[in-house]
Amino acid sequence: MSMAPVKLWDFHGGIHPEQNKLQSTLEPSSPAQLPRKLVLPLHQHIGEAAEPVVEIGETVLKGQKVANANGYVSAPVHAPTSGKIIDISEYPIPHPSGLSALAIVIEPDGRDAWVEYTPDQDYTEKNPSHLRNIIREAGIVGLGGAGFPSFIKLNPGSQKKIKTLILNGVECEPYITCDDMLMREDPQSIIEGLHIMRHALQAEECVIAIEDNKPEAFESISKAAAGLDGVRVALVPTRYPQGSEKQLVQVITGKEVPSNGLALNIGVVCHNVATAAAIYRAIHLGQPLISRMVTITGKGVKRPRNLEVLFGTPIEELLQQCDAEFDQIERLVMGGPMMGFALHDIALPVIKTTNCIIAATREELGLDRPVMPCIRCGACADVCPVKLLPQQLYWHAKAKELDKAQEYDLFDCIECGCCSYVCPSNIPLVQFYRFAKGAIWTQEQEHKKSDQARERHEFRLLRIEREKQEREAKRAKKKAPRPQAASPKAPPVDGATMATKMREEAISQRESAAAARKTEIQAALARVQAKKKGTAPKTDEPPAADSSTSPAQKSDLDKTDASSTDSANNQQVP
Amino acid sequence: MPFNTPTSPHQLAPTSITRVMMLVILALIPGITAYVWFFGWGIVVNICIALVTALSCEALILKLRQRPVLPFLSDGSAALTAVLIALTLPPLSPWWITVIGVAFAIIIAKQLYGGLGYNPFNPAMVGYVMLLISFPREMTSWIPPSALADSTLGFIDTTMFILFSTLPDGVTFDALTEATPLDSLKTHLALGNTVDEVRAQLGLDEETSRVLSVIPIFGAIGGKGWEWVGGGFLLGGIWLIYNKIISWHIPVAMLGSLLAASLLFYLIDPDHYATPMFHLFSGAAMLGAFFIATDPVTAAASNRGKLIYGCGIGLFTYVIRTWGGYPDAVAFAVLLMNMCAPLIDHYFKSSVFGHKKG
Repeated sequence: MSMAPVKLWDFHGGIHPEQNKLQSTLEPSSPAQLPRKLVLPLHQHIGEAAEPVVEIGETVLKGQKVANANGYVSAPVHAPTSGKIIDISEYPIPHPSGLSALAIVIEPDGRDAWVEYTPDQDYTEKNPSHLRNIIREAGIVGLGGAGFPSFIKLNPGSQKKIKTLILNGVECEPYITCDDMLMREDPQSIIEGLHIMRHALQAEECVIAIEDNKPEAFESISKAAAGLDGVRVALVPTRYPQGSEKQLVQVITGKEVPSNGLALNIGVVCHNVATAAAIYRAIHLGQPLISRMVTITGKGVKRPRNLEVLFGTPIEELLQQCDAEFDQIERLVMGGPMMGFALHDIALPVIKTTNCIIAATREELGLDRPVMPCIRCGACADVCPVKLLPQQLYWHAKAKELDKAQEYDLFDCIECGCCSYVCPSNIPLVQFYRFAKGAIWTQEQEHKKSDQARERHEFRLLRIEREKQEREAKRAKKKAPRPQAASPKAPPVDGATMATKMREEAISQRESAAAARKTEIQAALARVQAKKKGTAPKTDEPPAADSSTSPAQKSDLDKTDASSTDSANNQQVP
Repeated sequence: MPFNTPTSPHQLAPTSITRVMMLVILALIPGITAYVWFFGWGIVVNICIALVTALSCEALILKLRQRPVLPFLSDGSAALTAVLIALTLPPLSPWWITVIGVAFAIIIAKQLYGGLGYNPFNPAMVGYVMLLISFPREMTSWIPPSALADSTLGFIDTTMFILFSTLPDGVTFDALTEATPLDSLKTHLALGNTVDEVRAQLGLDEETSRVLSVIPIFGAIGGKGWEWVGGGFLLGGIWLIYNKIISWHIPVAMLGSLLAASLLFYLIDPDHYATPMFHLFSGAAMLGAFFIATDPVTAAASNRGKLIYGCGIGLFTYVIRTWGGYPDAVAFAVLLMNMCAPLIDHYFKSSVFGHKKG
């Protein structure tokens, strides 16, 4: 089949920052050296942190699972090499908060001995849900930088048919070249991974999107994809933030992913190329995700390049391997310069979402520009890929008019940084939006808490009232056969036993009257909700739902989890 | 080794307010050149006086407001305001006119509202309107284009006149000055003459015009000399749009609506309404469209908003020019629309990604 050129669409705004990609592509990628120590954070992905399944002192093999996924939106963690668990405690993790979190520390034994694994080559025979399970168990998360568990995005769910599976090889952020190198050097794994994903999703067609600043990668992938039915390779004009999922979906399909919605809602699924390669390894070779390609670059390293790095490797050792001039480094950025976050320490480990480390020097960053007042020039609105009015958002965020900021669709902001980039007044606009979002979340949390407290209080009053009535009813009933049994003067005589007794009674009564009470509770709930009249976000579930979730409720929760985390997912621009 | 951890982005475009303002000033050069060519050196002297006044006032107030002086002084905004006001003044205005106008613009219209970025009204236009209302005689004594003047002044003589009101022997102020084409047209139309009569009378019969104490000041399409100045500003404006310093929305909307309104009335009654081209190339239409209405601080923000805002200025300009008390109306139109800008911003937002209906 001859490959028809992919029709491309436009997205609003965007910028053309200096690329700075060439310097890290001058030599082929190579594996990083085995570090002296691996610090494996249990939270390397979006969702719940994994739970350790090993103990200190235990020896583990390469690829052995050391932590289990905890909940639906979560991912297990595997030992990147063989060795001994020497610690499980809090360590600083690479996270914008700069906080510490639980991590498993492995001392490599140098043998690098693999755990026994079973390749599974005839995946087409397998049920898609079986494939998803393998991918989940392999700890695979989106490697474009977001780290959203991949198996969830391979589940079409009850949605209509998946029309387009987009493989994202756009890599629009400056400096980052890890996907570029992977596409150049290992296109076959990516294409194999694509086949597996396509099978899992039963997608109609596949498009591999690559920006035109990566001609080598385009050629390499085109060659590997040549002659495949329904697989097209699109060379898209370079523009940041094209690699952001919603923008890329628009460029490839011409459709806008609805606000608060998923690409899935319009029949599109988007995965990173490196994720595809990882899925190939998981299915065909049986290997879990234990390493990734990382770009080590910036003027602070004399030999910028791409390294295949085991998770948990301290960044310091990678910098050393790239001949870093440590005294020249002014800022250490994980991710790209547009959306990455600054790290406070070179000892932090590489995790699943670490696509790039930029050791930036002072001259490189152009620091110390004075922040001037907004002159409302509108340059920010011109480049906003979401068509927001960044300056209005800025005024409202600055004035802490959070409701106004939300009126201007604050939460549609993907924090791509285009507005800050072009601002002639050097206003850190994105920082203001993050602040406003944070403040709104905190507010909602507080609302939620006070709502819950109020609900609990009303429940309590209700319960006391009911128990009183029930007691009286019982007493009235018991009066005839055993008039003496529950004399009202009892409490002062033996308070403790009486209280226990009453409690037991109440419990037994509660059980017997459970059905009747349920309707009462629901009525009370309805009253509470009516009173609230939509002041608070979705907190309407009775508190009991948290402790004992039925399978149906659970899948519901999972769904909301997936959609809420997905917005964060989308914010990452690979 | 702890590093600073500022938030993203960690890379910024090589841009600054200074760069923006300087490019705008640069874009004024073709217009200013035409100005000097047709109206003599007065404009250059005025620009110098205005610059000194603006920067001094800015520095003084910043100091009083305890703001950092150097970053704000070097942002170029005060300089731009100064140049714009100088361009609106008659070339032979006495120095104190320029000083008062600029000082008022910088101190009252800009700094007292909070300085750069916070002024609701375009400072240059506030300064100009204040002068126009306070000193109508000085503000309407324009000199004619050099080709038509009885006598012209050199650079030294111009400076001497502006600073000390001294003229070379044998030259009188009245011989040097003239009402603007817009002003003349208005006066004569008010006397009951038709447009063509005014033009023919003024253009063909020099003797008559002398008697009527006017001289032929109408050019081929606009006012004589003015059309070149306007062309210069048009050129600079297009260059600004090309360099993405300003967007096309406001100039196109303003000139478009001015064109539409003048065309409509010209077609209805060509005897009593000036041609569309006369409107576009006389007075401050071009300067206003590209350099004044586009002042981002005081304009509407969204693209649709900018179109409305520009249209408003164009229409007000026509209305005031044709039926109002003042011959040139751009300044009033801009100030009127400045008032509307917040309202426009409130009602005209762009449609956000993913919010499309259906």
